[in-house]
Amino acid sequence: MSKGSPISPSLMATKSAGAPKAPERADRSADTAAVVADLAAVSPVLGPNTVVPPTVMTGSQAIVRSLEELGVDDIFGLPGGAILPTYDPLMASSMNHVLVRHEQGAGHAAQGYAMVTGRVGVCIATSGPGATNLVTAIMDAHMDSVPLVAITGQVSSGVIGTDAFQEADIVGITMPITKHSFLVTDPNDIPHVMAEAFHLASTGRPGPVLVDIAKDAQQGEMTFSWPPRIDLPGYRPVTRGHNKQVREAAKLIAAASKPVLYVGGGVVKAHASAELRELAELTGAPVVTTLMARGVFPDSHPQHVGMPGMHGTVSAVTALQQSDLLITLGARFDDRVTGILKTFAPYAKVIHADIDPAEISKNRTADVPIVGSVKEIIPELTEAVRSQFEASGTPDLTTWWAFLNNLKETYPLGWTEPEDGLSAPQRVIERIGALTGPEGIYVAGVGQHQMWAAQFIKYERPHAWLNSGGAGTMGYAIPAAMGAKVGDPDRVVWAIDGDGCFQMTNQELATCAINKIPIKVAIINNSSLGMVRQWQTLFYEGRYSNTDLNTGHDTVRIPDFVKLADAYGCASFRCERDEDIDATIQKALEINDRPVVIDFVVSPNSMVWPMVPAGVSNDQIQVARNMTPEWEEED
Amino acid sequence: MSRHTLSVLVEDKPGVLTRVASLFARRAFNINSLAVGPTEVPGMSRMTVVVDADGDLIEQVTKQLNKLVNVIKIVELTSESSVQRDHILVKVRADAATRLQVTQAADLFRASVVDVSTDSVVIEATGHPEKLTALLSVLEPFGIREIVQSGTLAVGRGSRSMSDRALRSA
Repeated sequence: MSKGSPISPSLMATKSAGAPKAPERADRSADTAAVVADLAAVSPVLGPNTVVPPTVMTGSQAIVRSLEELGVDDIFGLPGGAILPTYDPLMASSMNHVLVRHEQGAGHAAQGYAMVTGRVGVCIATSGPGATNLVTAIMDAHMDSVPLVAITGQVSSGVIGTDAFQEADIVGITMPITKHSFLVTDPNDIPHVMAEAFHLASTGRPGPVLVDIAKDAQQGEMTFSWPPRIDLPGYRPVTRGHNKQVREAAKLIAAASKPVLYVGGGVVKAHASAELRELAELTGAPVVTTLMARGVFPDSHPQHVGMPGMHGTVSAVTALQQSDLLITLGARFDDRVTGILKTFAPYAKVIHADIDPAEISKNRTADVPIVGSVKEIIPELTEAVRSQFEASGTPDLTTWWAFLNNLKETYPLGWTEPEDGLSAPQRVIERIGALTGPEGIYVAGVGQHQMWAAQFIKYERPHAWLNSGGAGTMGYAIPAAMGAKVGDPDRVVWAIDGDGCFQMTNQELATCAINKIPIKVAIINNSSLGMVRQWQTLFYEGRYSNTDLNTGHDTVRIPDFVKLADAYGCASFRCERDEDIDATIQKALEINDRPVVIDFVVSPNSMVWPMVPAGVSNDQIQVARNMTPEWEEED
Repeated sequence: MSRHTLSVLVEDKPGVLTRVASLFARRAFNINSLAVGPTEVPGMSRMTVVVDADGDLIEQVTKQLNKLVNVIKIVELTSESSVQRDHILVKVRADAATRLQVTQAADLFRASVVDVSTDSVVIEATGHPEKLTALLSVLEPFGIREIVQSGTLAVGRGSRSMSDRALRSA
């Protein structure tokens, strides 16, 4: 186990049981493990809570020391004027600092790190443009509830407000996209602000916290002691679900004939996949896993009916539409799942369990709201359902399953071969998943390749699938994959990227190559902004306004991805024929001393199906262009 | 849409007003008025926010406000269970010929004249928003030069204290 206090007990368990993690880290912290477990339960301060008697030091030393005491092992960042004082003591620290090439890369890397480890991701940047370059990643973490602490330098407190060189009001800029933020102008505030930032980022509904520290606060002297006192009178997240509500939920479950477990990213964040499985198997209800929840329930499990939403499977979308009870766990009725809200799951009562009370009844009114952590709610619900079943009998779901299994068989995920003779992008992605297996980590950018990666890779475990769900940030994949590889170095990490996305953040290949972070990048090169192009095909009469990127077959191929990757010190291949796909993936899997980039040249004409067009009911799902399923099975 | 008065106890920290105001803006909630000032507890401020919203929306407003880390407690004050007051300063045209009529009108509303010049007076009034609207309509014919108005202030009736209870639960 690492010395940081993980959010999840289950993660602690897997790590101490010898799951892959840098061995020297496990050794370093093994002795403190028992103490961590004890103290973490009582102290809101992350880390081992080692007592440090009052010691005089500079503010910048206090920043570094606080990070160490909080159990941070890895940081992603890029220095500049206003954060320079902090980079000096950082050089002597045991923490691993990864120097990125662009601050956005630091932010996404910290996100990827947090998503695979369950720990707080940390990124550092300087003031002004350094800080604003973090904004996209902070917003992304906010939308997908990723525990992130962003530390930025600020100009000296005396010149704040004077439009000083590289001054930007980053606290103001990020206010709508952070869980909370701090501006530190007194070095004595540093330890408690850092502890509060980590506490806020990692507890309740996780999210990004910004700590902006004036340069003079970094340079000034202060007295450091640890652990600091956390003073957040307005922050009291509820983790325990209300008993009565849980019993009400169990009654509804026992009475439902068409229940569905609608499972979202909150279950991944809460590390509650084992608990979910127990509840699912007890109830026998079908499970849909949203884009943010892929893998939290095994794809191979017979009760899994797929991903819901705009590009979900017919069985998952229809299960929600026809359901009489949605058992909603850590999901938020996002518009990409519900389509037109009025017509979403019209016959269903709703149980909604979420740690954020503001999500409950925000979009869809809940009949039984349960505020709390799904880690605690699901086992309680399982027990309540068990007693309810004993009292009133187990509901018969045979008809419901006959209906859904028929849909699963009739409308499986699939693709048609492109007519231009180029490879189908779906095949490339499916083969990457098949040859790498469920122990790999898959990180997608945003667009068609993201949807295909969500559809055609089979996920069997949580934390194996990372993507930018709520924000839809193109360029997420490479830096997030880099962060994931740093967080879980023994796993194969694939960035499944598009040719558009790749051109937004590929500078981090330099970071990967130099720091020996051997990620694998599959560019699904359809020579265009594919998802936009798909919409132009379907909804704009095929007028391809500004979506052609000229990177693919029969184009000027600018840039040449193979040469570019080579220039970055990566192994690089191009694959243009179906018969080369497996061999190229195998070659990539055999290289582990440097990053690998494969330019998979694929057809620009492949489209993501099924699709619920924007602005219509989920009942209008199309399995292919202008083709809706036959609904005669409906009652 | 109905009007709701929220009393919001917040930490007196830099930026807290911005956090509350920008939350309303970005969630497209409609603020009717907002008044903020210190309380009897050092380090704690109280905001009175009047919001136009329907039932479901006011619940969402409250939940979103509660997510702000600096917000300690929120109570909705109904007009029956609370005292609600606005404060207004009105500069009205009033020369020798009309001054008496203007001051008599002010008297009727228990408003006071706080400044007099040769051709105007400043009237200060406190009361429920409807009363102040009535006062303004009476003053209107004389010629209103300026109006300055506070947001609504509200406090629950009875001996209970919102900040007491908030501190106990914190």
